[in-house]
Amino acid sequence: MACNLNKKSMFVVFARFIIERPMNFNPESFWNKIPEQVKRLAILIVILFALFVVVRTVLVPSDFGEHGHFRASAVEEIASQEIRYAGQEICLDCHDDVVETRRVGFHRDVACEVCHGPAAGHIDDPEEVVLEAPRERGYCPLCHEYLPSRPTGFPQIVSASHNPIKPCISCHDPHDPVPPETPKECAACHATIARTKAISHHVYVDCTRCHEAPEEHRAHPREFRPTKPAAREFCGGCHAKDAPGEKGIPRVDLETHEARYVCWQCHYPHLPEAR
Amino acid sequence: MEEIVKHLTPLLKEITGYIYPNEIELHWGLLIVIYPYLTGLVAGAFILASLVKVFNVKEVQPTYRISLLTALAFLIVAPLPLLAHLGHPERSFEIFLTPNTSSAMAMFGFVYAWYLMAVLLLEIWFDYRRDIILWAEKESGWKKWMHKITSLFSSDISERALRFDRKAAKIITIIGIPSAFLLHGYVGFIFGSVKANPWWSSVLMPIVFLFSAIVSGIALVLLIYMIVTPLRKKNIDMACLNKMATFLFLAMIVDFSLEALDFVHRIYESEESIKILTQLVSGKLFSSLIVVQLLIGMLIPLGAIAAVKIFKWPDELKRLTYFLSAILVQVGIFSTRWNVVIGGQLFSKSFSGLTVYKTTFLGLEGLLVSLGLLLLPFIILYILFYVLPPWEEARAA
Amino acid sequence: MTDNRKLGENQERSSGRRKFIGGLFASFTSLLVPGFLRADNKSKDVKWIIAGGYSPNDHHWGMGIDISKCIGCGRCVEACKRENNVPLVPFFTRTWIERYRILENGEVLIDSPDAGMKSFKEESTEDNVVRSFFVPKICNQCENPPCVQVCPVGATFQTADGVVLIDSEYCIGCRYCIQACPYGARFLHPETRTAEKCTFCYHRIVKGLAPACVEACPTQARIFGEIKKKASPLVRFLRMNKINVLKPYLNTEPKVFYANLDMEVK
Repeated sequence: MACNLNKKSMFVVFARFIIERPMNFNPESFWNKIPEQVKRLAILIVILFALFVVVRTVLVPSDFGEHGHFRASAVEEIASQEIRYAGQEICLDCHDDVVETRRVGFHRDVACEVCHGPAAGHIDDPEEVVLEAPRERGYCPLCHEYLPSRPTGFPQIVSASHNPIKPCISCHDPHDPVPPETPKECAACHATIARTKAISHHVYVDCTRCHEAPEEHRAHPREFRPTKPAAREFCGGCHAKDAPGEKGIPRVDLETHEARYVCWQCHYPHLPEAR
Repeated sequence: MEEIVKHLTPLLKEITGYIYPNEIELHWGLLIVIYPYLTGLVAGAFILASLVKVFNVKEVQPTYRISLLTALAFLIVAPLPLLAHLGHPERSFEIFLTPNTSSAMAMFGFVYAWYLMAVLLLEIWFDYRRDIILWAEKESGWKKWMHKITSLFSSDISERALRFDRKAAKIITIIGIPSAFLLHGYVGFIFGSVKANPWWSSVLMPIVFLFSAIVSGIALVLLIYMIVTPLRKKNIDMACLNKMATFLFLAMIVDFSLEALDFVHRIYESEESIKILTQLVSGKLFSSLIVVQLLIGMLIPLGAIAAVKIFKWPDELKRLTYFLSAILVQVGIFSTRWNVVIGGQLFSKSFSGLTVYKTTFLGLEGLLVSLGLLLLPFIILYILFYVLPPWEEARAA
Repeated sequence: MTDNRKLGENQERSSGRRKFIGGLFASFTSLLVPGFLRADNKSKDVKWIIAGGYSPNDHHWGMGIDISKCIGCGRCVEACKRENNVPLVPFFTRTWIERYRILENGEVLIDSPDAGMKSFKEESTEDNVVRSFFVPKICNQCENPPCVQVCPVGATFQTADGVVLIDSEYCIGCRYCIQACPYGARFLHPETRTAEKCTFCYHRIVKGLAPACVEACPTQARIFGEIKKKASPLVRFLRMNKINVLKPYLNTEPKVFYANLDMEVK
């Protein structure tokens, strides 16, 4: 109750203050009450502030903030940057024969400009701007030089030993790069495995001894996969206690040795750890 | 273009481990080391001044005006290294015109303007107004006019007006303390809020910056006071000096504890970045962090001032200890800034490698400009001392 | 799909939440900053059509990168540099390829000589390589970009299609955005002295072309497309693969999605 009364009286005081104040308010005396130095300071501050507001309105770009906190025309400027790579669809207009050849071959996913470079200039003026066609040996190895980091199955060569000196295009048509002979060696595509195996104890074990690769695998590697040994007994053919063969071959008791697993689930057959 | 390639190519050999290709160019160099160093001195000097006005620490009264002018001189120079490091200094005004409200750096314009205009200049103006008016009356020629203009041609020195001046100065100081905290705390925030960088990203960063600022500011005013007073053939007020040393000591203790806390916390949490940061601290940052910042800049002066407090040394020896400690503190705080700014860019954000920083001698971001920027505040301070003498005896009777 | 990346409604919801928080923040700051000081007080939700009829409001772009398809040939890096006038020197690049080699002793060797533009050389290491692969990197076009957050003047920004762009006429070259990017995707262009990074080839995508790096990738390791449409190469990529993003714990919400990403990739 007391609190209520208090609030009420406060309200009355406040209302009086609001109502009566303008009656007593004398602008002149109010101005005179302000210390002299404050007036001078206030004028300076007002001038500085006005100056800032004016400068600001003049200097802020007119389209700033139209679509967010940035200059809207910046997007138009960025969007109008010159195009260099024309995109492979447009090449078809004139070079339909080459594009068709490429479309069915191994390079079907390699866009024209990957090898021929940016073509926008050529499209504007086909006579004047002639595109590059890398014919030297250095270019194809950018993709096809052997690198262990490349995904397995990607065709790779060691250019130092792969028909040295001869330009790639003397044997391979870059638009349909079928090898002159289908590679007999698995190493043509599985170079990392081949190299690893070459320094391992399995160096004399041929790939085909463990993997059966259907003939189609060579032309369509992903669609037709080679097999892997499915049973422990396969490795046991050499490594079981009673298997025939040299004495030096490490042997295990197939009955007791980690019977839950197929051998290659633990051992990497291309580089077995017992080196 | 050739120049930058020539500068960057030899650095490739000095990289250890792996850094992203774009990280070879280190982006915030010596100038950005100087910037937080200078603003730190501003904030610290102002806090010292506020001790007199707000906390009524009478002993340090002789340094009140020196502190204010020191803060002003360094605040005028503080944005210059920022300006010089910009790729387009001529566009810098955009930060005032279209500040991005989510950017800590955009607040720079407002914090700086607020601190310069609303705090420092106003406080100095109210504090000096009476003296300026009286000086102008006695002077002639350009000096008279200069003082008349700085007083905005005001002439009211009635007791009522002076009472207002004192009140205003006190209120401004009270506002000034959080403002000084803001000024330097936000510089710490600029670094502390970069989540991409584990060396910077820390909530403690603003407050560590703040206390190291107070440390450096007190030490600087102490140095200036100790140099200027004998030059004016006056006696150093030992009570004032002892009090300043006490505050310096306290600020250093807090600063040291905060930095130690940050350090321990990092090691204890041992996040993904701990390996590369350990490499950094034990390798490229060892001399500047462990030796200069911690040992020379913190532990030795702490020990020295503690020794002064414990033992009854003659005033001569006390003065020498204070003086040398304050110099070591300056070296230490400068290397603190270096270790934060440069240290935070010496490791790759891939956390897999370290890079190097080589400064050039010439050029806008070179050593020469940096030295100039460190000297410039003292030249401005000299001019300010001439225009607005802060000495007790200069006060108009 | 991993927890940090449930597309569709989840993303919709989180972007709604962000909008709400952003709105709160904006209304709070608008209390502090008087109207005449703010620049972005004009009509914002009007549909925007830029030259050529492209409207950023109709698209939302992203990129998919399949680590197991990258052969490290560097064609993307070269195409990007030629398309976008990036200096052909090693220190500045909008996209690059990293090679990872994880050794038997657990050590990780990473390199990206010349940003990978000239492919890689085989180097023999003392220890055996357990696994090895290439990782193309690019600006992640984060949905929650730290670089935009810190730009003091509004020179870098996100358009309605989600692409983060830089206004090189407005950038003051303070390099705060370079510091704020966790991915090292930004650099200061040595000639313009302004910040630069990948734009998803904005000038190409507004005309219906793929970004230059996507165009130049011979193995389709890079997939570009719409995130939010029902059918797009990217939507299929996100459906068919286990997806991860770089540094998900930083909550930058990248729109460059990786398939077959290794734990060692930083």
